[in-house]
Amino acid sequence: MRETFRPATQDSPLARRLVAGAAILVALLLLALPLAAVFVEALRRGLPVALEALAEPDTLAAIRLTLIVAAITVPVNLVGGLAAAWCVAKFDFPGKRLLTALIDLPFSVSPVIAGLSFVLMFGARGWFGPWLEARDIQIIFALPGLVLATLFVTFPFVARTVMPLMAEQGRDEEEAAATLGAGGLQTFLMVTLPGVRWALLAGVLLCNARAMGEFGAVSVVSGHIRGETNTVPLHVEILYNEYQFAGAFAVAALLALLGLVTLAAKALLERAAGRRAGLHAGDAA
Amino acid sequence: MSASLPAGRGARARAIPGFRATLAVTLLWLAVIVLIPLAALALRPLELGPAGLIASLSEERVVAALGLSFGAALLAALLNLPLGLLLAWAVVRLRFPGRGILDAALDLPFALPTAVAGIALTAIAAPNGWVGGPLAELFGWKIAFTRAGVVLALMFVSLPFIVRTVEPVLRDMAAEAEEAAATLGATRAQTVLRVVLPGLLPALLTGFSLAFARSVGEYGSVIFIAGNLPMLTEIAPLLIVIRLEQYDYAGAAAVGLAMLVLSFLLLLAIELVQRRLRRGRR
Repeated sequence: MRETFRPATQDSPLARRLVAGAAILVALLLLALPLAAVFVEALRRGLPVALEALAEPDTLAAIRLTLIVAAITVPVNLVGGLAAAWCVAKFDFPGKRLLTALIDLPFSVSPVIAGLSFVLMFGARGWFGPWLEARDIQIIFALPGLVLATLFVTFPFVARTVMPLMAEQGRDEEEAAATLGAGGLQTFLMVTLPGVRWALLAGVLLCNARAMGEFGAVSVVSGHIRGETNTVPLHVEILYNEYQFAGAFAVAALLALLGLVTLAAKALLERAAGRRAGLHAGDAA
Repeated sequence: MSASLPAGRGARARAIPGFRATLAVTLLWLAVIVLIPLAALALRPLELGPAGLIASLSEERVVAALGLSFGAALLAALLNLPLGLLLAWAVVRLRFPGRGILDAALDLPFALPTAVAGIALTAIAAPNGWVGGPLAELFGWKIAFTRAGVVLALMFVSLPFIVRTVEPVLRDMAAEAEEAAATLGATRAQTVLRVVLPGLLPALLTGFSLAFARSVGEYGSVIFIAGNLPMLTEIAPLLIVIRLEQYDYAGAAAVGLAMLVLSFLLLLAIELVQRRLRRGRR
């Protein structure tokens, strides 16, 4: 609203129209076109064919596996992320900046390198490979490897979204609660959490979308066994490489829908938190 | 902002319970999922010995793959700078129908799984695709299965990093500076070029770093569109996968370590430029 009465610094109507037009063109070409291509290719041979591809046993097994992986990784990174956010936002201690930087680290490490690191630890020729083999425990090319690789790539999401908000809240309310005799968990649940709930939910959503859509990291540790260690994104690759384009795009459309739902939910959450209007979620009653 | 003074913070901090427990959980979580695996990555190439490590990394195919991954990532981030600025400007400074949808759509590359982006971009850019077809017919250009395709995929995945770092800075930028420039008789173009853009430079650089860091390790969206020809369109992460499939763990780790070290050096260089910029402005 601030911009309304600022004629001296307002661009000419023509310039504004040109910029808006160019921005819409870029977004259409670079963002909307690929998204449209997914659905057009998926429906090229009709909806029944697309639905048939989704109902195949291998696809259903991939969906089940992806749901299991997400159901394990999201809660683990939720708990870890909340602990990290609380610890960094509410306390001062030496090494705090280093800790924050390390929490961000997975964002700047290639997903393939993430997968590789777990192979180096648990693979047949990894650090613990022989030990695991002697005990008949399989991590790489099995569910535990998929979970570990996904945990790595989704590691910072919750911590990153919640931490700045918790820091902004300050510490006065927590201190008051502690003075009144509240325990740590009680303080967190009743004082801190209500103020960050929308950001937390957005973080969980993004974490989940990435967990379900991750490709590079799980590709390295999966072994690509159909019906067993194939997640949904990996299944897209298999179908595509077998020239089953209709099937590949049908499964891809499913993942694209997940992405769209995540985006819509995130936009709604941002509105709920009123972040854009300058009201912080901490003010919400 | 708040009235509280930094003095006595240590004493105040101890008033809130739960420090030790949450720090312990955080350190355990960080060590098990991130630090110990990365330690394995750092230590594994050592078994090759210095000479073996150099030999493993100076293979022609490795040099070509690293060159492509870094070159394409830098180029994609560079090309995204004006595009990201344009999109951020439109979302923050303009009001037009569809602005809300545009704003939400800018996060699409974050939310769309990379494999989906990969096959979608390939379908569009392929010689028989919506965009690739006309380009091939009119100009004889090829995008899919060339290095241009690699850059296109990296531009797609890294665009939001630049938009979302520039956007808040543009939003919070004080109107006074622009008003002063206008009052002093600067034309609108002069104001934008000499007042607004320099103010956005640090954010643009940060966005550039983030976009580059994301692009250099990107795998899913690239391998479909690249064609993956050794020496030509084979990216470094794919080479890691290939070496792992041959059970060459140390060789794969060497490429991974080289990627990490090189990209951290580059990011450090950008950070140093940032610091100089910040100091220069004060």
